[in-house]
Amino acid sequence: MERRAGITIAGLALAALIGICVGSAAYTFRFAEGTSYLSNDPKACVNCHIMREQYDGWQKAAHHANATCNDCHVPQDLVGKYYTKAEHGWRHSKGFTLQNFHEPIRITPESLAVVNANCVRCHEGLTSEITSHADPVRGLVNCTQCHARVGHGPRN
Amino acid sequence: MSTSKTNWFAYWVVAIVAAGGTAAALLLLQNINQRKMEAKQTAFKLVDVFETTVDPLQWGKNFPRQYDSYLRTVDTQRTRHGGSEAFQKLDTDPHLRAIFDGYAFSIDYREERGHAYMLSDQRETERVHKKAQPGACVQCHASNVVAYRKLGIEKGAPGTVEMPFASKEAQAQLFKGFEEMCKMKFDDATKLVEHPVACIDCHDPDTMHLRVTKPGFLNGIRALAKSSDPVPHLPSIERWRKGDRSKDYDPNVEASRQEMRAMACGQCHVEYHFKGEGKLVTYPWMNGLKVEQIEKYYDDSGFSDWTHARSGAKVLKAQHPEFEMWSQGIHARSGVSCADCHMPYVREGAIKVSDHHTRSPMLNISRACQTCHSYSEEEISSRVAAIQDRTKKLLDASEQAVVDLIAALEQAKKDGMTDEQLLPVQKLQRAAQWRCDFVNAENSMGFHAPQEAARILGESIDLARQGQIELLKMQSGKTTTKSTASAK
Repeated sequence: MERRAGITIAGLALAALIGICVGSAAYTFRFAEGTSYLSNDPKACVNCHIMREQYDGWQKAAHHANATCNDCHVPQDLVGKYYTKAEHGWRHSKGFTLQNFHEPIRITPESLAVVNANCVRCHEGLTSEITSHADPVRGLVNCTQCHARVGHGPRN
Repeated sequence: MSTSKTNWFAYWVVAIVAAGGTAAALLLLQNINQRKMEAKQTAFKLVDVFETTVDPLQWGKNFPRQYDSYLRTVDTQRTRHGGSEAFQKLDTDPHLRAIFDGYAFSIDYREERGHAYMLSDQRETERVHKKAQPGACVQCHASNVVAYRKLGIEKGAPGTVEMPFASKEAQAQLFKGFEEMCKMKFDDATKLVEHPVACIDCHDPDTMHLRVTKPGFLNGIRALAKSSDPVPHLPSIERWRKGDRSKDYDPNVEASRQEMRAMACGQCHVEYHFKGEGKLVTYPWMNGLKVEQIEKYYDDSGFSDWTHARSGAKVLKAQHPEFEMWSQGIHARSGVSCADCHMPYVREGAIKVSDHHTRSPMLNISRACQTCHSYSEEEISSRVAAIQDRTKKLLDASEQAVVDLIAALEQAKKDGMTDEQLLPVQKLQRAAQWRCDFVNAENSMGFHAPQEAARILGESIDLARQGQIELLKMQSGKTTTKSTASAK
C-alpha cells in the first residue's frame, strides 16, 4: 500500500471508528456527571445513591456549616487530593457497577487516617495535648471512635 | 509486501480495540442509565388493588421486590436457640412435658416456622386435632381483615366490604365479624380464610401506608393507652395521654411510621388470652406491658388457662410476648422497631426496599445490625450469643425450680394434703411458672430485653423455691403435730 499525504480509506475509517469510541466514552462520562467528581460539591457524592444516608445525616450534623465531604475525606494538598479522588473514584465506580461491595459501607483504614488528619488540621490547638503523645504502634488517636456523630449525625 | 501486511494487521488491532472500547463505553452508559432509572421510579402500578384484594399475588405485581422476599418465608433455618425449623420442643426440653401437663402444649409444642406456614401449620398441629379449639385462633394465623368484614356484614353490620378500612362502617364490620368468628368452632372458622398473613393486613391498598387491622391489637393498644404504664418507646401514646382523651387512642391515626413498624408486628407477636364464653382474643395490657402487670390482670379477672394435672394449680400459659419484651429493652428505648432488624432495608441496584423475608436478624447480621453497630459480624454474633447463653442458663435453672416444685406438690397430694391446704403453694407455682414461660415462649432467648428477662427468671426461681420451702414448713408442721400427738 502506498502512502499519500498520510491518507488512505482504511485510515479514514479507522479514524472514524476511534472517533465513535471517544465520542461514546465522552458522552458516557458526561451522562455519568463525570466532571462533578472533580468539584468540592457534596452532591457529587450522592450521584450513585449509596451514600444517601451519610449525605442526609451530614445535612443535620454538627459539622454541616463548617465542613463538606472533601474537607474531611480527602487530603488537602493538591496531589494527595486528586490521587485520593482518583483512587476512591475507581474503587467506588467499580463496586457500584459490579455490585460487589460490603454493605453497610465501611471506611477503609487509609481513609480513616485521612479523616483523622483532617480533624487535627482544624482542631490542632484544642487537641495538641492529646495528639502530642500518639500511640507509637497505632499512630494517631482515632477521633471518630468517640466523636462518631459529628460528621453524619446520629445513625452513621 | 511484507510491510503492507504488517500495516493491515495494525489497522485491525486498532479497529478491534476501538470497537471494544465503544462497546464497553455503551455498556457502562446503559448500566448508569439503569441505575438512574431505578432511583427515579421504584414502583410500577400494573394492577389495581382494593380493600377486597386478599391475594398477595395481585399486590406482588405492583411490588415484585417486596413480594419476592415475602415468598421466601418458606425457607427454614435453625439458629442457636430457635429459627424457623419445626423441631419438637417437648423432645429438646423434656421439662416442658411436666410444666404443661394437662394442657394441649404437652401434646405438641413445635418451634414456629416462617410466616408462609402459619395457616397450614395451625391446621396440622395436634393441639387443634386432639383438643377442641375456637375460631379465635384464626385471628393471628391468617389474613382475615376481609373475612372478618364479610362475616360482620353477614351478621348485620352496616355498609359494604369495599368501603375504606378507616370508615365507621368498616370498623363496625371488622369488630362484629371478629366477635362472631372468635366463638365459632375452629374447623368452621378456618374455612373462611385462605391466605397466611398478607399485604392487606399491614398495608393500605390505596397509599401502601402501614396500618394495623387485627381487632385484638386495636382493643389492646387502646387499653394500654388508658393505663398508666410509662411507654416512652411509643411516643404517640404518651402524647395521647396528655391530650383531652375525648376519643380512644387510634394507632392508625396517631402512631408515627416508625411506631407502626413495630405495631404491625405487635398485632400478633404478643401475649393474649381468649376471654370468657365468647372466646374473644384479648391482649392483657390493661395495667401495662410488664410481666407482673399482665399477671395482675389475669389474677384480678380470675383467669387460668388450665388446672395442672400433677399439682392441681390453676396455671397460665404465656404465648409469645415479643412486643411486650421488646418494649422493656434498650432497642425499643432507642427508637429501633421490629422491622429495623427483622425486615432491614436491602439495596437492589439504586433503590432500597424493606426486606419482607421476616426472619432472625442473626441470619442477616450485616443488614440487621451493622447499619448501627460498626463491629464485625463475628463480634456482633458473639455478643448476641453471650446474652442468649446467659439467659438460657437462667431459664434452665428456672425450669428446674418449677419442675421441682411441681414434683413436691404432686408428692404432697399423694401424701394426703388437700388442694385447699396447698393453695398458697399452688399460687406460687402459678407465679413461678408464668415467669419461666414468659421468657421461654418469647422468641429471642432474652435478647429483646436481657436485663428484664434475667429479672423475670430470677423472680421465677425465687418463687418456685419459696414454694418448696413453704411446703416443707407445712409438712414439718404436720409431722411435728403428728409426732407430738403420738408422743402424747
